[in-house]
Amino acid sequence: MQRVLEAIPYAQFLGVQVEQIGEAWRCVLPFRQEIVGNPRLPAIHGGVLGAFLELTAFLRLYAEAGGERAPKPINFSADYLRSAGPQTTYAEGVIFKLGRRIATVHVVAWQDDHSKPVASGNAKFRL
Amino acid sequence: MADETKYALESVFGPGHEAMTQYTPHAQYLGLKVVETGRRFAVMMLPYRPEIVGDPFRKVVFGGAVTTLLDHASGLCVACSLENLEAIATIDLRVDYLRAAEPGCDLYGRTECFRITHTAAFVRGLAWDKDPSDPFATSIGAFMIGSTPGGGSLSRFLPEGEAKK
Repeated sequence: MQRVLEAIPYAQFLGVQVEQIGEAWRCVLPFRQEIVGNPRLPAIHGGVLGAFLELTAFLRLYAEAGGERAPKPINFSADYLRSAGPQTTYAEGVIFKLGRRIATVHVVAWQDDHSKPVASGNAKFRL
Repeated sequence: MADETKYALESVFGPGHEAMTQYTPHAQYLGLKVVETGRRFAVMMLPYRPEIVGDPFRKVVFGGAVTTLLDHASGLCVACSLENLEAIATIDLRVDYLRAAEPGCDLYGRTECFRITHTAAFVRGLAWDKDPSDPFATSIGAFMIGSTPGGGSLSRFLPEGEAKK
């Protein structure tokens, strides 16, 4: 998983990492100044959170159902639930439906409390 | 019918200003530029860089960067639709990818606020690479208005002396 991530320049640009927890893995977005949107709060930029969720969805799909070609995004939708402050953000994706041609992945991002996500989303890909 | 509304950011409408992204660290980091703002619309540009691609061989910008372009342009559009400066927060955003963005190309996003109330604004956007009439992505977003009185950090867009704080 780490190798796939290292091959995606944009993931490196955002500073996204992968963390293994037993059999499972999740994505990690360490906080740094470059991902801030509103510096007064400070809050992570909404676009960065969206991108983090998209990346997590893509990786989950590629890891579980990756064929020879990378899945192609059809659309992506994010719900911004809580302000994401200056701390580490985690994200997990679950393949909700894996069809022959289309896959739907649900993703959730949280900071210090898994039961209080900062954002959630879902991404559909063409396989 | 002419739009008689007096917009809060009217004095800065026109070609983009450095100040519009200067105070947003991620916009600076990504190199986002404001091309133009006006009554209830905004146009922004995401310059191509090898660091933001998904696949270094195909050189197509990763979807998330497009989401960021459209998210930022949508928020800016809401700011350009307000009569009084107030805080803006994204409620949700959806991006549809019509096709892959042209590799190596700078990307543009134009957003329009098609409905605004006291509490919410609805913005649609489209992103193109070479020709605005051939977009590679579209977006739709909902924004909440006014959780912080006084405009939060939006007043920085205005020339000194014009902020309504």
